[in-house]
Amino acid sequence: MRIELIRRAEQSRRMALLSPVIAVGLTVVFSAAVFLISGVDPLAGLYQLFIAPLTDAWSLSELVVKAVPLVLIGVGLAVCYLSNNWNIGAEGQFTIGAITGSMIPLLLPDFQTPFTLPLMLVAGILGGAAYGLIPGLLKTRFGANEILTSLMLVYVATLFLDWLVRGPWRDPMGYGFPQTERFNSAARMIMLGDGRMSVSALVTLVVVALMAVMLAKTLKGFEIKVLGASPRAGAFAGFSAKKMTLFAFAISGGLAGLAGIMEVSGVIGKLQPSISPGYGFAAIIVAFLGRLNPVGILIAGLVLALTYLGGEGIQVALGVSKRMSTVLQGVLLFFVLACDTLILYRVRFISSSRKAGAHA
Amino acid sequence: MRKMLLLATTALAFGFGTTAGQAADLKACWVYIGPVGDFGWTYQHDQGRLDVVEHFGDKVETAFVENVPEGPDAERAIERLARDGCGIIFTTSFGYMDPTLTVAEKYPDVKFEHATGYKTAANVATYNSKFHEGRYIIGQIAAKVSQTGSAGYIASFPIPEVVSGINAFLLGAQSVNPDFKVKVVWVSSWFDPGKEADAAKAIFDQGADIITQHTDSTAPLQVAQERGFKGFGQASDMIAFAPTSQLTSIIDDWGPYYIHRVQAVLDGTWTSGQTWDGLKEGHVVMAPYTNLPEDVAAAAKELEGKIASGEFHPFTGPILDQAGVEKVAAGAVLADGDILGMNWYVKGIDDQLPQ
Repeated sequence: MRIELIRRAEQSRRMALLSPVIAVGLTVVFSAAVFLISGVDPLAGLYQLFIAPLTDAWSLSELVVKAVPLVLIGVGLAVCYLSNNWNIGAEGQFTIGAITGSMIPLLLPDFQTPFTLPLMLVAGILGGAAYGLIPGLLKTRFGANEILTSLMLVYVATLFLDWLVRGPWRDPMGYGFPQTERFNSAARMIMLGDGRMSVSALVTLVVVALMAVMLAKTLKGFEIKVLGASPRAGAFAGFSAKKMTLFAFAISGGLAGLAGIMEVSGVIGKLQPSISPGYGFAAIIVAFLGRLNPVGILIAGLVLALTYLGGEGIQVALGVSKRMSTVLQGVLLFFVLACDTLILYRVRFISSSRKAGAHA
Repeated sequence: MRKMLLLATTALAFGFGTTAGQAADLKACWVYIGPVGDFGWTYQHDQGRLDVVEHFGDKVETAFVENVPEGPDAERAIERLARDGCGIIFTTSFGYMDPTLTVAEKYPDVKFEHATGYKTAANVATYNSKFHEGRYIIGQIAAKVSQTGSAGYIASFPIPEVVSGINAFLLGAQSVNPDFKVKVVWVSSWFDPGKEADAAKAIFDQGADIITQHTDSTAPLQVAQERGFKGFGQASDMIAFAPTSQLTSIIDDWGPYYIHRVQAVLDGTWTSGQTWDGLKEGHVVMAPYTNLPEDVAAAAKELEGKIASGEFHPFTGPILDQAGVEKVAAGAVLADGDILGMNWYVKGIDDQLPQ
């Protein structure tokens, strides 16, 4: 038997809705098989991986905490990718936003007012946007490939942070360990409930809503998509691809910077060499998993966060290796992207006997 | 279909919500920075956990989370364990310090033990080992074995524990050869076999013929083995990875400490505090002295005995810093607090500490 993929005349709406469901189903089957092979009760494994994190208030709030930076960065990246600008450097913009926002509590420790936190957030946005504009400008002015420049600037940003916390910003009372002083309470995010969830969750929802409206209902949203699909057509409509590049990098850099400062002033409370477990890169996956649609990205961010939490859960509850959760995470992403094929293609099964007959 | 899913999930929820919490008297849990298979730092902590399992049998249940980065994820991992019914939680990396304290405040009934930090609370104790004792011994061996009078030192991060290790190594070497050189290479990671191996190659290319490390993988020693040079193991006995290269290894043996602390929780006698033990208490153990001339091995054994008995202290003056300023007067001994917060190099180290 042979399987053929036949291109559909138009995208299948039914499959667009069905493919994520099929993907999750295949992941469940595959995970169960992996658990079975490694001698773990597959039902217990699946329960810990996908359901346990949703069963109590604490893990739900942790789910939100984990998803917030992924979603914020993801919606910013969507603007870039929709307009054909390939920003791979969100991790660096996240880091610089965290640094510029932290300047206020670290350099002005006595400035403790209700305006401290909002000003920090603004500083974070501006820092991230400015850092995002570097690859943007290099592209528009010199035609430099933004994939390379934005990626390389990630290393510059993380090493800069590393230098700051070991050098000029190191806590003088910290026995020489690489970290800054803890932020004062006026510089910390406002918490929701007694967990680690903060107003950053609300900020994220507002940003998702604004971006969804902008992309779907405004001229700017139309401009983004037209320039992404066909720069020539955009030019005829009077849109400038160069301005769009700068706009997209500023928006995604700014949102990454906002995520950075909210993470630092929220869950960490100080600067240290490592402030992100790769959010800027994971958000690229989230952006595509959410089909570059803000609401989709919100869901995708929560799903990816679920796999992180579930991955920890199987380690603790079942004593399996962390590698297992990494594998299952990869499998989920693989099936989601693979099932998208069904939207554009139809699958046809051709039995070999008929094929043999045709050649005879 | 939907109904079936619903049924399945309810069944799952009931079926597995109840299996947890068996008859064990206590659940002891660990948070690891690396994979349990690093054959270095984390591996040794996990060996300590397995010692607890063996010692207590069914009385104590254990769990761990590995590969937890020192960022925002650390607090969640620790809190998950606290919520999961762990009675004592060992957090085994410096960067877990503040998250450990934050979670400890929320769970006053759970005991926390943070390795290598300096902050304590009513339910947070700290523990670490005097690795510098072993470093002094291997420094002395290095100076006796090296033909070129120069060793390489692969270092992770310039924190006091690492700096005091480098200093102890060079002081040990200088006690044999006052002109001994040590090249420090920072790899900015605790566990990165690729980077560690590259650093080792660079060190040998620059003329050193012996290598030591304050990182957790076996890669540097394997490079030494390939090139026919000598080196020292780190955290665990790495002789299997470098049968003709490893001279000895500074082994971290956490088992006795873990058993002692878990027993204290079971007895209700656990109190907070700061534990810093070394060769004497058996928390630092030297692997067999191999691939060495007999007299060198014998001298090393003798030195080990002297340090363990307290007859000799690795940081005995006179000790000068890089600028030639006297830090420890002749005959005096550096105080524990000064070793734990050490942020200066002794004279003779060819490197600048990031200030």
